[in-house]
Amino acid sequence: MSTTTDIRQALPVGTWSLDPIHSTIGFEVDYLAGSFRGQFREVAGKVTNEGDTPVLTGSAKVASVDVKDENLAAHLQSPDFFDAERYPELSFESSDIDRADGLVTVRGGITIKGVEKPVVLTGTIAAPIIDYTGSEKLSVKLDTTVDRTEFGVNWNVPLPDGKPALADEVKLSAELFFVKEA
Amino acid sequence: MKVLAISGSLRPDSYNTKLLRAAEELLPPEVDFVLYQGVKAVPPYDEEDDLQVVPMSVAALRSAIGEADAVLFATPEYNASIPGSLKNALDWVSRPIETNTLRNKPVAVVGASTGAFGAVWAQADLRKVLAAIGARVVEGEVAVGHAPTRFDENGRLEDESLREQLQETLDSLLTEANTRALVLA
Repeated sequence: MSTTTDIRQALPVGTWSLDPIHSTIGFEVDYLAGSFRGQFREVAGKVTNEGDTPVLTGSAKVASVDVKDENLAAHLQSPDFFDAERYPELSFESSDIDRADGLVTVRGGITIKGVEKPVVLTGTIAAPIIDYTGSEKLSVKLDTTVDRTEFGVNWNVPLPDGKPALADEVKLSAELFFVKEA
Repeated sequence: MKVLAISGSLRPDSYNTKLLRAAEELLPPEVDFVLYQGVKAVPPYDEEDDLQVVPMSVAALRSAIGEADAVLFATPEYNASIPGSLKNALDWVSRPIETNTLRNKPVAVVGASTGAFGAVWAQADLRKVLAAIGARVVEGEVAVGHAPTRFDENGRLEDESLREQLQETLDSLLTEANTRALVLA
């Protein structure tokens, strides 16, 4: 069991705002013979490490999904997929953060299409750097895999052999850059 | 609450149009039921025609769907799928893809055929097409097989279980429409 000191050391102290321009939240899912990737252009997030328990939150606007085909982008907004009209955001909030040997493990709840499920994100966290303006920057990279059908994202189509064209397992990847608030 | 009804059969004495009329009888009196009559006038889809001023028949259909709170489709089955005229009309409505008037619209699909199976393949295809366009397709299937024997002289569905299935599908459609109204409010 972690002590308060251990948890606080998992992340640098302070409140850190997400730099949305340099951050990416993307997804990767097996489709037909390969993998299909996309990302969300509008993302938000924050790391708060002021009290006993650090908290990482993040969100992405469904409407900002970025894929190479406009028809697919529109289809992803529809009830077949994310149902953006009713559930305009995907979100995450951590409940527990551990760090060991340069690796970070973030447990929390992810909400997709209005359904919240527990999830474990793993990745790396770099030591903060000071940029040329004197502001402190922090980089966090996290991955996880979810079963989209647990969130009601069920669209599929059978291939001639009867197998589904689109996998249920979806890898979510976040490359997050934070700026320390003054 | 306005429900637009679209028949996939153009024949004046169509069983699918009768099925829509039977549905009208089952709707609460406060629901405004409008049977759309203009599908036959929609020309073949041509993207070139869609770039300028669209044909009036297309504008009217897009507008009628946009003004409705929900849309009820009844389709026959032609060669194991939906009639080309209905698919063509939906292809027009689907553009522009991001803002088409079917996007997020609660829709339900029912069907009638003279054969035994009540257009179940066509209904499945129509649900797939509507979902791809972005509509909110409600659960529920009403398959009226042997259609010439199913309606009385007043157009009422005689089969009690079919009438119950139709009622359940309409209830689901109205529930979705009310939920959407709350979401948009």
